[in-house]
Amino acid sequence: MTSETFQPQDHLISILVRDEPRVLTRITALFGRRGYNIRSLSVGNTEHPGVSRMTIVVSGDRGVVEQAIKQLEKLHDVVRIIDHSLEKYVDREMVLVKVSLTPETRVEVRQIAEDFRSRIVDVGRHALTFEVTGDEGKITAFIEQMRPFGILETMRTGRVALTRGSNADIPTQVYSGDSAALTPAVEPREEKARGVPNLF
Amino acid sequence: MGQSNGPGDSRREMNGAGALWATLANHGITTVFGYPGGAIMPVYDALTFYPEVRHVLARHEQGAIHAAEGWAKATGEIGVCIATSGPGATNLVTGLADAMLDSVPLLAITGNVARHLMGTDAFQEADITGITLPITKHNYVVREVSELPRVIAEAIRIARSGRPGPVLVDIPKDIQLAAFAGEIPVPHARPEAPQPLPEVVARAQELLRSAQRPVMMLGGGTVDAAPELTALARAWDIPVITTLMGLGSFPSSDPLWLGMPGMHGSVAANRAISEADVLLGIGLRFDDRVTGRVNGFAPKASIIHVDLDAAEIGKIVRTHLPVRSDAREAALALTEGAQKLERPEWRAQIEEWKSRTVMPEHWGAGYAVKAVVDRLEPDDILSSDVGQHQMLAAQLARFEKPRRWINSGGLGTMGFGFPAAIGAGMAEPGVRSVVIAGDGGFQMTLQELATLKMYDIRNVKICIINNSFLGMVRQWQELFHEKRYSEVWLGDSNPDFVKLAEAYNVPGYRASNAEELPAAIDAWLNDPHSALLEVVVPNEHGVFPMVPAGAALYEMIETEAKAVSAEPTTSPTTAAATEEAKRA
Ligand SMILES: Cc1ncc(C[n+]2csc(CCOP(=O)(O)OP(=O)(O)O)c2C)c(N)n1
Repeated sequence: MTSETFQPQDHLISILVRDEPRVLTRITALFGRRGYNIRSLSVGNTEHPGVSRMTIVVSGDRGVVEQAIKQLEKLHDVVRIIDHSLEKYVDREMVLVKVSLTPETRVEVRQIAEDFRSRIVDVGRHALTFEVTGDEGKITAFIEQMRPFGILETMRTGRVALTRGSNADIPTQVYSGDSAALTPAVEPREEKARGVPNLF
Repeated sequence: MGQSNGPGDSRREMNGAGALWATLANHGITTVFGYPGGAIMPVYDALTFYPEVRHVLARHEQGAIHAAEGWAKATGEIGVCIATSGPGATNLVTGLADAMLDSVPLLAITGNVARHLMGTDAFQEADITGITLPITKHNYVVREVSELPRVIAEAIRIARSGRPGPVLVDIPKDIQLAAFAGEIPVPHARPEAPQPLPEVVARAQELLRSAQRPVMMLGGGTVDAAPELTALARAWDIPVITTLMGLGSFPSSDPLWLGMPGMHGSVAANRAISEADVLLGIGLRFDDRVTGRVNGFAPKASIIHVDLDAAEIGKIVRTHLPVRSDAREAALALTEGAQKLERPEWRAQIEEWKSRTVMPEHWGAGYAVKAVVDRLEPDDILSSDVGQHQMLAAQLARFEKPRRWINSGGLGTMGFGFPAAIGAGMAEPGVRSVVIAGDGGFQMTLQELATLKMYDIRNVKICIINNSFLGMVRQWQELFHEKRYSEVWLGDSNPDFVKLAEAYNVPGYRASNAEELPAAIDAWLNDPHSALLEVVVPNEHGVFPMVPAGAALYEMIETEAKAVSAEPTTSPTTAAATEEAKRA
């Protein structure tokens, strides 16, 4: 974490949390207080009632991410953390892009959108709104392609990720699904610690 | 107020408040410290049905929570405090932050407005869980009465397990009043302490075996492993440094003990850290007051860091060998197969450094503190407030046993010492609970003098080192701000502390010079009641050695004489220290 070794870099982590009031504040406050930078954050429900899943892109060197994970580990609401750099994963992001149109650019803009397998979700007289889903590179490339025509506004969802393969990130023996299991069943730290590099 | 269980609120017809007390009683909690108010009244009402739990009425919620901390620090058991909503709850904030940084197991219970009023800026409403989010290990708002006992039990478990810490439970008033019919939980089993991995232990032992200049450094996380750690140090013949929080984890009388490290650490401890080739740090978090400038900390050492909390390892200093483990388990594992490797050169070097310890010979704060601490028995509990007197006590007292030194280490909370000494004294009525405080800090929580009378507490001995200054701040102004003594003079406005004590029916004694002091100490300690001793000392004494903020440990100013002769500086830099380093 010293400045000599600081090379900002993006790291993708997923956090499974109990769906309790203030849990989002707890997580983001931890990042804020310790000075870790969140590049993107998306949150949603999971197939298990009572458990939400966040995908967070943290920027910083490896040390920052390890420290962030270790601090998150300590939060009582955190069920599990998955450091995606340790496993193969799929990730996606969605963006809505509103591009301004003139009669001259209309065909070209539509052609680019088609090349990106983008869908038109709204048609205005002077603008088209596209939906693009893909990895970060694809989305950035799409925006760059559209930029010369005039981008009116964009909204990105932030990345979401899942580990590849057939293992679920919440083992069913840890999470039986009913809310009574929220308490003792998720207790063992070892279970939570999987996915965190074990230096010890 | 909606439904009221009134006098029918007996153990047979229980409401949420009764369920709270029943759960606390089931968890063996015998004493709680608190202060009532509108939003917690049902809890105070139900208290009358639970005589097995003693409630101590402090004179300020800050007093209550520091007393709970003192209780916890002396016993290792959880401290419990209670406050009403809004102003009562916010008065707990300092104590929660204090307990968080010092890893004190603490349960804070606050009342809140009824659920339907929450979020409406109701009278005495404060979002206390939001406020305390970063300074609690975890916190809760109880949303259903059926959950209340379970939440309390879980809060107690979280506060005590792993690295201990404060947990706050906020209970809306309507939930305190709601009828409760469920089971009252019993304590969770304590989880097993994590043990070090055998291959990690082997690597640590290899490092220790090859070390020419090893040191061990023990922090606050070691206080419950003192015998095992003492055996470890002796088995390998490794010199031991104890941080402010770890004082007592290794006996001061042992020749292997080097004292405290850091800003006001001993010459031997700071030099040993700077020269060590292997540093075995256990249960400490490398606070900046301990490390000095981090890139000048233990520059020649391979660092082995043992900690229960994985997040502490590598947080501040680079660690060559991380060991996630309970301190006791690590001590036992590392002792097995130990080799007593006497390193005569290292020993000789350390003895030379130790000989540079300067004992205060002339009348002043150090002299007074030494006279007091020299009179303590190993079983006595010694607390301190925050300031010069604290550092002097840490330097001059002997610490033979753990949990006998009670301090606000992490937050450095003025006003902590006296109420903490009350809590510790109530936890252990059989021993003396002595507190050393400054004239500044004592005035932050002095109203707790009333608590001594109210509960007929006889074993609390308050010593005020009165230098008429906010001494520690004055020292920094002297050294780093060219003696511009901005807003640190108290002398004209201080009360007569002896009269003040008497106003609260606490006997007061005073000494103003070296001749008066021994008799005053005698009278004060022999008084059958809790008593106050004011020691009036010269204004401008400093605490040395001192490592200026931002300097490395080896840039320490060893004695006052050297500090005075150092070039004055306009900015709080390390010019004075650099001067000293050149001479050294
Ligand atoms: C609540 C709080 N406010 C301010 C400080 C900053 N501070 C640290 S030491 C000190 C001076 C303490 O003076 P006194 O209690 O008289 O003790 P002395 O240093 O003179 O022994 C101050 C103001 C603090 N630590 N805590």
